[in-house]
Parts: sequence; structure tokens; C-alpha cells
Amino acid sequence: MNDLVIRAHGLRKNYDGSPALRGIELAVPRGSICGFLGRNGAGKTTTVKLLLNLLRPDAGEIHLFGDPIQSEAAAVAARRRIGFVSEEKQLYPYMTVRQTIRFVRPLFPGWRWDLETKYLEIFQLPEKKPVPKLSKGMRTQLMLLLAMARGAELLILDEPTDGLDPAVTEEVLQALAGLAAADGVSIFFSSHHLAEVEQIADRVCLIDRGQVVIDGALDDLKMEYRRILLVFSADAPAAVAALSGVDHVRTRGRTASLLAHGDIEATLDRARQLQPESVEIHPVTLKELFLDYVKEA
Amino acid sequence: MELRINFLSGVPIYLQLMEQIKHAVETGAVRAGEQLPAIRKVAEDLAMNPNTVVRAYRELERDGMLDLRHGSGVYVSASRTNAAKTAALERAGGILAEALDEVAALGLTEAETRRVFESELAQERERARPARRRT
Repeated sequence: MNDLVIRAHGLRKNYDGSPALRGIELAVPRGSICGFLGRNGAGKTTTVKLLLNLLRPDAGEIHLFGDPIQSEAAAVAARRRIGFVSEEKQLYPYMTVRQTIRFVRPLFPGWRWDLETKYLEIFQLPEKKPVPKLSKGMRTQLMLLLAMARGAELLILDEPTDGLDPAVTEEVLQALAGLAAADGVSIFFSSHHLAEVEQIADRVCLIDRGQVVIDGALDDLKMEYRRILLVFSADAPAAVAALSGVDHVRTRGRTASLLAHGDIEATLDRARQLQPESVEIHPVTLKELFLDYVKEA
Repeated sequence: MELRINFLSGVPIYLQLMEQIKHAVETGAVRAGEQLPAIRKVAEDLAMNPNTVVRAYRELERDGMLDLRHGSGVYVSASRTNAAKTAALERAGGILAEALDEVAALGLTEAETRRVFESELAQERERARPARRRT
């Protein structure tokens, strides 16, 4: 587990006495694309700011590329290896696309001219256009180009596809997949779009109310979790709620819908002892996991 | 070979990818000795995670269907019989899983289902035997 680009342990942060983060744990292996999920206000942006040392945690520690981020110097050194796209997507308003790229390029000794050329072409960015005249999608693509071409080992992206149309979203996802495949770049991105996370991420981390509720390899989660539907001859017995191995239960009349993980067979055996009239098992999508975990309580 | 992944089906993506490649080999869409698209190309074309492509390729290599040659690419391995067998077994699993779902919907317990299955299997054996004798 040494090769983690991001490792956070017990991150806590309060705003005016109310807890925003209540012990966040993160482990992002090198080369992975990790989707960072949660509802609005769950603590995603706060976590991202802590990772970038734009905020200091009240407790807990962060390691980037294996080194602890304790001093400003350590944070600056780590940030040189990170490309970041914020939610606000701020750029210099008085520059054109070409001027912006020319301005940013010399700040990074590892600038990748090949990637600059490649993404200028793929994104079809109008080089002479002033930044304020760009559409939201183009502005995002310019930010991504700058983050990708600087030769970063890790991209931290806050809602990178927010407000983009499906065609542009696909281009952005293809660019990210290509970058991860060809250059082994690790990507940590927050998103509300579960479908795109499901498409491109190999790991997901779901937080709710300042805590991690699901963390793992996406395909493993899909193997591990199952939806079990039970239909009873009368109202679903209260005992379904107490079945061990079951994470969440929703009952409606005679049917009970269980989200289970781990030893599904054993859980099924226990469920059958309640003598349902029928038992069905279904695979679980990321959307279902998300809704089951963040909507309850 | 056309790869189509349903990212929202809840079925692990690497399994879908494996299934499609197996199908392509079985149907002859790709043949022994032919090269498959590189990991990067698959990842970029489908905008999917490269590690997932790696996982699918590696599992298929373990199954004996693909040959991952370092630095030169991914090839469909010469021994197709093995691969066809693996695919057949995988398919059988799918068919049985569906049948089991149907049976479960009838409200049978696992023990009952097992009894029915074993009795059917036994009957199949019985049916096969006189047929062989006749030939």
C-alpha cells in the first residue's frame, strides 16, 4: 500500500463550530481514476481544499505521493506535481486562449507540448478568442488542457464536467482516460454525475455528512453488493430489518428490498427462513448504492 | 470487433469486456494470432478506465484466450479450444443463473431447487443412455 498518491487519515474540519468533515479516510493508488461522490454539502470541496493545502485541517493528516503535508514547503512541492481544476474555473479574463497557454507554459518545466497540441486539436479551442467569450464547456476544456499539459502526476478535478453537454463530456472523459492510460496519471475527481463516474472511474469514494460511507474498487463493489427483492404473502415481517449482512432495507406492503453485501448466499439463506413467496437477486448500480447510502436517515 | 459496454447495468465493466471479447473470438470476428486494440486505444475510444481494460485482458490471458506480449501488444492466442471451452462454461453459468432466477420466483427453497436440478440431471442421463445404445 506504499504507492498511494493520496492518503488521508482522520481528516476533521469545523466551520464556525459545526463539523464539515468528521474523520475522512482516503487512499488513492497511483494510476487509478477515483470518483469522489457525495451530496451537496457532504464535504467534497472542503476535502479537495485540504488536499491542496488551501485550508488546514483541524485534525488528521494528509500524505501526497507518500510524503506528509505538514509544512507550506511540503505542500508547495506536492502541488508542483498536481494539476488542479476548481469548481469556479477561474482564468485570466483579459487574455485569449493562446495568451493564457503562453502565460502558464513557462511556469512548469515539465510542460508537455505534445499534450498541448493534442488537446488544442481535440477540444478545437479557438486560440484567438478572449477567455470571457468562451462557452462554459470551452473554458473547462482550457482549464483541463492547462492541468494536463503541465505534466502533472496527479489531477485533482472538482466537478470537471459540470454544465457540459454530452458530446463535450465524452471528449473530456476520453481525454482523461487517454491520459491515465498513456501517461499513468492518477485522477481524483468529484462529480454529481454518477453515470460518468461509473464509466471512467476504477475506484469510488462516497462521503456523506463528512464521513466516508463507501470506498473501494468499483467493479469489486458491483460484485460484492446485491439487491435482494422479497415478496411475502402478507406484509413484509419486521424481522427483515434485523437480517444480518443487510445494509439497507425498504419495505412497501408485501415486498422488501434489501441492499446486501459480503456473503450474499448466507444472507439469502437467512432471508429464506422468513418464508418469502419469492426471492430475486439483482446487480446493483452505483446510483442505487449512492441513493441507498446517502438518502437514509 | 465492436465493443459496447453498458456502464449502467450494474454488471462489472471488466466482465462485460471479457464477455464481448470472448464472443468476438467465438464468432470468429477476431481469430487466433490477430492483434486486439491496445489498452490505451480501448480506454480512449470507449472513454473508460485503462485499469479496467488491463483487468479484462489479464483475466482472459489467465483463461488462455489472450496472449499479452510485453511491448508488442495483445494477441488472440493460438489455442482456441481451451478458450471455446471457457466460454461454453461461462455461458452455461449464465443460462443456469437465469433458470435459477426463474425457479426462485416460483417460491422454491434452495433445497427443493437442488432436488429438482439433480433429478433433471439424472433424467437427462437416463434419456441419453438408450439413445447411445441404439446407435
